[in-house]
Amino acid sequence: MKTLWWTVLGVGLSGICLGAALGVGKDAANEQVIQVTAQRFTFTPNEIVVKKGRPVVLEFSSLDFVHGFNIPSLKLRADLPPGQITRVRFTPDRVGEHPFVCDNFCGEGHEDMHGRIVVKE
Amino acid sequence: MMQRRDFLRLLGVGGGAVFASGLAGRALAEVGSNKKAGAYDDFYFVQLSDTHWGYKGPANPDAANTLKNAVAAVNALKTQPDFIVFTGDLTHTTDDAQERRRRLAEFRDIVSGLKVKNVRFMPGEHDASLDNGAAYRELFGETHYAFDHKGVHFIVLDNVSDPGARIGDAQLEWMKADLSRQKKNAPIVVLTHRPLFDLAPQWDWATRDGAKAIEILMPYANVTVFYGHIHQEHHHRTEHIAHHSAKSLVFPLPAPGSQEKRAPLPWDPAAPNKGLGFREVEAEVEELRYRITELPVSAG
Repeated sequence: MKTLWWTVLGVGLSGICLGAALGVGKDAANEQVIQVTAQRFTFTPNEIVVKKGRPVVLEFSSLDFVHGFNIPSLKLRADLPPGQITRVRFTPDRVGEHPFVCDNFCGEGHEDMHGRIVVKE
Repeated sequence: MMQRRDFLRLLGVGGGAVFASGLAGRALAEVGSNKKAGAYDDFYFVQLSDTHWGYKGPANPDAANTLKNAVAAVNALKTQPDFIVFTGDLTHTTDDAQERRRRLAEFRDIVSGLKVKNVRFMPGEHDASLDNGAAYRELFGETHYAFDHKGVHFIVLDNVSDPGARIGDAQLEWMKADLSRQKKNAPIVVLTHRPLFDLAPQWDWATRDGAKAIEILMPYANVTVFYGHIHQEHHHRTEHIAHHSAKSLVFPLPAPGSQEKRAPLPWDPAAPNKGLGFREVEAEVEELRYRITELPVSAG
């Protein structure tokens, strides 16, 4: 399977550690790697619990459509083409909840395709 | 030309018989306060939005009649508008390309019953995002265009044929070139489906490159945007540019970002048209006014 590495960096945002996003190798052992499946019209899981301060890698597999993954509060987004793994990295630095949504219109249930990231201590 | 008193009378009757709430949010096109800005006359148009023809579901068990009722309500207006605009989501989405064309054709047949024949259309994401606007263009023509009416310049922007809600650089360049032929104080109205600003991106209520469109519009002093998508009236400003969303004609949605899910508001059998409606937009030439401020003699 072709693997595409994505590093999505926000600009001027809170909750994201730029150094951690670039220094992938350095913190690799400490990363929270979470596999997420995108399929019309759900993300599985759609509630993702992560620990504050630990780098996170979301590994997306889209099964049927170029879904979008958008967390507006973290200014992170990516397209999720089928047939490859799309990785989104960030380091949460604050406890809280961040809603995410599919932002590529994918059909009648598009409005239901959303979830949230819960950052805990 | 319609007389002002006739218009006021219209407000008292209008489409209220069918959609009592339809007239509550009448927005005035803020086309400027100085006649020198452009030679335009008073007129009004009607905006209808998000009819979602083909929808079947609990949020509107009467959906097969709502569009027809809206057509009847517009036809019942005592003074007919100069033109009518549908700001997208004419039909409810379907994966079936043949069914999409059938719904678009049925919609077209129903609205052909409007007395006013000057009707402008644009797609919403339900009409166009799954085939990049192919079926829409077959039945309705181009998805973005410009026209002039009584001195007001109208620009129809397509922010839905790309499923990622991008207007796209080519269309933005087209808009820029189109605007370059307008004076900086010309009255300009933008008609589009999605909000051009980030109203609620966590609900996908945004246009991904909408900020670029606003940046292009910003040098023009008299710009108003009318849009749909969010199934409710909403008013916002990005500096001097006003943005007015319209109600839907299928089901209302919750206030932007007010809850986790953007699920339709429950249907109320006692008030089946609650939260639905359409809008009249009057372009009104304002007369020269004098604002008088009385001042006391300051002590000392």
